Amino acid sequence: MTWTAASAPLGRRRITVSDRRTYGAYGVLVLADTNGPDPQPGQFYMLAAVERWGGGADERPFLPRALSVLRAEPGRAHFMLEDVGPGTDRLLELAVGDDVWLLGPLGQGFQPPEEGRRAILCGGGVGTAPLAILEDALRAAGTASVALLGFRDAPHAQGAALLGDPRVATDDGSVGHHGRVTELLSAELDADPHAVVYSCGPPPMLEAVRAICEARGVPAQLALESGMACGFGACYGCVVPTRDGSYIRVCVDGPVVDADRLDTALVAGAGH
Amino acid sequence: MSGAVDFCGLALEHPVINASGTFDAIAAQRVFGDALLADFPFSAFVSKTITLEPRAGNPPPRIYEVAGGMINSIGLPNRGLAGYLEHDLPSLAALPVPLIVNVMGSVADEVVQLVEAVDARAEIAAIELNVSCPNVKTGLDIGADPDELARLLAAVRPRTRKPLIVKLTPNTADVARVAVAAEASGADAVSLINTLRAFAAHSTRPGAPWLGGGTGGQSGPAVRHVALAQIAAVARRVTIPIVGMGGIQNGRHAREALDAGACIVAVGTESFRDPLAGQRIARELAAPRV
Repeated sequence: MTWTAASAPLGRRRITVSDRRTYGAYGVLVLADTNGPDPQPGQFYMLAAVERWGGGADERPFLPRALSVLRAEPGRAHFMLEDVGPGTDRLLELAVGDDVWLLGPLGQGFQPPEEGRRAILCGGGVGTAPLAILEDALRAAGTASVALLGFRDAPHAQGAALLGDPRVATDDGSVGHHGRVTELLSAELDADPHAVVYSCGPPPMLEAVRAICEARGVPAQLALESGMACGFGACYGCVVPTRDGSYIRVCVDGPVVDADRLDTALVAGAGH
Repeated sequence: MSGAVDFCGLALEHPVINASGTFDAIAAQRVFGDALLADFPFSAFVSKTITLEPRAGNPPPRIYEVAGGMINSIGLPNRGLAGYLEHDLPSLAALPVPLIVNVMGSVADEVVQLVEAVDARAEIAAIELNVSCPNVKTGLDIGADPDELARLLAAVRPRTRKPLIVKLTPNTADVARVAVAAEASGADAVSLINTLRAFAAHSTRPGAPWLGGGTGGQSGPAVRHVALAQIAAVARRVTIPIVGMGGIQNGRHAREALDAGACIVAVGTESFRDPLAGQRIARELAAPRV
């Protein structure tokens, strides 16, 4: 079984915010994308507010922002946001009825595990987003999965409510396991070394997941983040180095890549 | 859509093309499918810069957002001439618009080889020379110095009868002098502006560059008025057609570049925000002035 994505509609679409929710430190935007194709788990969209895109900190934002889709239902796409800069700051200001420019769905998403293998979903922070739609798709396919999520503190850990029944770790011990989500991952792999790992999160966490899976010979699919201008292969800005010495574009060759293609998941420049 | 224009003998459906290195038609067709061919946003397609040998490009990070634009330090990744001709050209030849190939070499002999190889291919309508590159012998940017550029064109011009466009760098004291040298040395057109050299400071290491390549080039609406001044300065001094670009986001911006003396315009950074920006701008340009 493989999951195949449809072509993205050519051009950005003007879409209205139909719902706006809050999960502790995170906001969720629900967009009434009635004409777009269904996204595959791990795919992303480029988003920009139609009004006042610019004029925030440092007179930014200017470029649209790449956001993994959190969840899809017919005619609606959900996005999970954390306020980390002028782009996400502006998107989180949006209210029901406001309009955004939307391009996508874009990129290569996750692929389901081989028959009979269980999926371990391991996320950190806003990297929870693509694991929610993945969990939905795995459940629909009848594939067993377990979700492990790491957050820094209790307000962020409220993001765990976006998945079914995840096990949670927090840096400060306020919720769940006191420590790193990768500790939960190692324990899970001790119990089931034949699982397949799916991961998204901050670069140090993702790199730790990559290293654990490499050491154990466990296949892993990593959803990467990189600063990008366009999302459709035009700007060549979002590259990451691969093990074979070349660069791949996160937007068209990713964002989900097999971990064994990478020497490191520490992507340079994430976070500007 | 009205607005058909002749540019160096190329019959263009409208006066909006893409800036080199800002649109990958092959990647875009992978993403958007054949809709891209049915609705191609530009009236000609300009390739990214092709060099003789393959280039991997600069280490990331490669882009940095600024007020009204961005700084890029991509480093001209490409398959090299042979890879381009074998792998990319067949796909690009299927585009519904004329193909302009942008080439760059660090010495005249490299540029001659590139131009001769491109000249031999009927699928290619015109050649654009990227001269925003240091001469490895003198250290001078070829496009920043009229004499350097004249020497290069003396070697290159006789090797092709295809239209030869010289892409001018804004990072020079007097862009019009360079444009005059281009015209006198046989260029059929000039295009400007390329990106403005710019520096993005690292967020945690004082004095260090954020971008993996060190300095970069700034583009977007923040540079548009610099572009207008340079287009006008060049238009006063040359009679060959000008491709005007730099921060164009809509029909009014395109009109201002044409009014400054450009024959056609190119769109770059705005296509990152809106893949159909070229088509939208052409449509807005064709609408009656208000």
